[in-house]
Amino acid sequence: MKCRRCKAPAIIDIPRHNAAFCADCFTHQCREQVKRAIHEHRMIAPGEKVLVAVSGGKDSLALWDLLTEIDIPADGLYLGLGIGEYSDHSGEYTRAFAAERGLRLHEVDLLRDHGYDVPGAAEATRRAPCGACGLSKRHLFNQVALDEGYDVVATGHNLDDEAAVLLGNVLRWETAYLGRQFPVLPAGPGFARKVKPLVRLSEREMAAYCVIRGIDYQVEECPMADGNRHLGFKELLNQLETKSPGTKAAFISGFWSRGHDAFIAEADEERATLAPCTECGAPTTTGDRCAFCSLRSRAQSATTEQPVTLRTRS
Amino acid sequence: MRVVLRNPRREIDVPGPMTVANLLARLEIVPESVLVINGDTLVTHDARLADDAQVEIRPVISGGAT
Repeated sequence: MKCRRCKAPAIIDIPRHNAAFCADCFTHQCREQVKRAIHEHRMIAPGEKVLVAVSGGKDSLALWDLLTEIDIPADGLYLGLGIGEYSDHSGEYTRAFAAERGLRLHEVDLLRDHGYDVPGAAEATRRAPCGACGLSKRHLFNQVALDEGYDVVATGHNLDDEAAVLLGNVLRWETAYLGRQFPVLPAGPGFARKVKPLVRLSEREMAAYCVIRGIDYQVEECPMADGNRHLGFKELLNQLETKSPGTKAAFISGFWSRGHDAFIAEADEERATLAPCTECGAPTTTGDRCAFCSLRSRAQSATTEQPVTLRTRS
Repeated sequence: MRVVLRNPRREIDVPGPMTVANLLARLEIVPESVLVINGDTLVTHDARLADDAQVEIRPVISGGAT
């Protein structure tokens, strides 16, 4: 195959574009897709302070690199989850990335700063660890952004992430979630703006970007994500994509252009019921303590009771 | 050729030469879910892998929390 743009030998094919690219043209293509997403959805205005949520995985490190490459300065925030060696290595990849490029990295450690870790939280709630992990991330990324004066939190959610979440939300008709599923969530009282600049790029493209750019990232899957339903949705969608290239992009972009508006009212209604958490002040619909404070309280007990067993689960 | 698979990491030998597309089909791997790296270079699905190639099939699906 030859590069669609310069006709040099290609190193990656993108079936949904019916195209292949050489290394230079592929990185150019990724930058253009990120610029287009930022422009189309008015994600980031010139001069705004941007905080990238980084995990040490391919998507968040690629996002940080891409933003830097297109002259959008951004600082990083890494959240230590306490998932054994997996978290240790993820932190090392993130710190090395930031240090090599002279980028500013904030760090929050769940155990050190909040007295629990993800295995402890999973034990306490007796639910899938991904739920506790996602809740902790959403709360703490927002909190740090507000505390440190950032205008925008950028996350590495890619096209596959969004398509899988959409499939999950549609299968269960989670109407309030559908109303919030958009590349930009506006700022509001107690909320920084959330943006997803990688929504036009697939997971495979982000992994390829890291390989081409020489970005070392955590290749191993999180040991606690085994059996996660979104991973199952991704596998299903990739089978469809292989048979019919472009399916994932059509699914998610069609939702944003023709389906999302129908669910905005549900999300707005939910937002109208928000009141400050009685413990931390973050907006919550519970009318009492927010979901994060409640999780933290339960998880602290479990983490204290069985720290060694839980932290060596990986 | 020597093929490295991940999650968990393991190595297998597959007789070559063959194309990337045929290798993935033989191993029943969905092409959209992986990158194929020959030596240290990414390769397209029509690329031909030599019998003595060192190939990594790297999964790209990740993430649990949303």
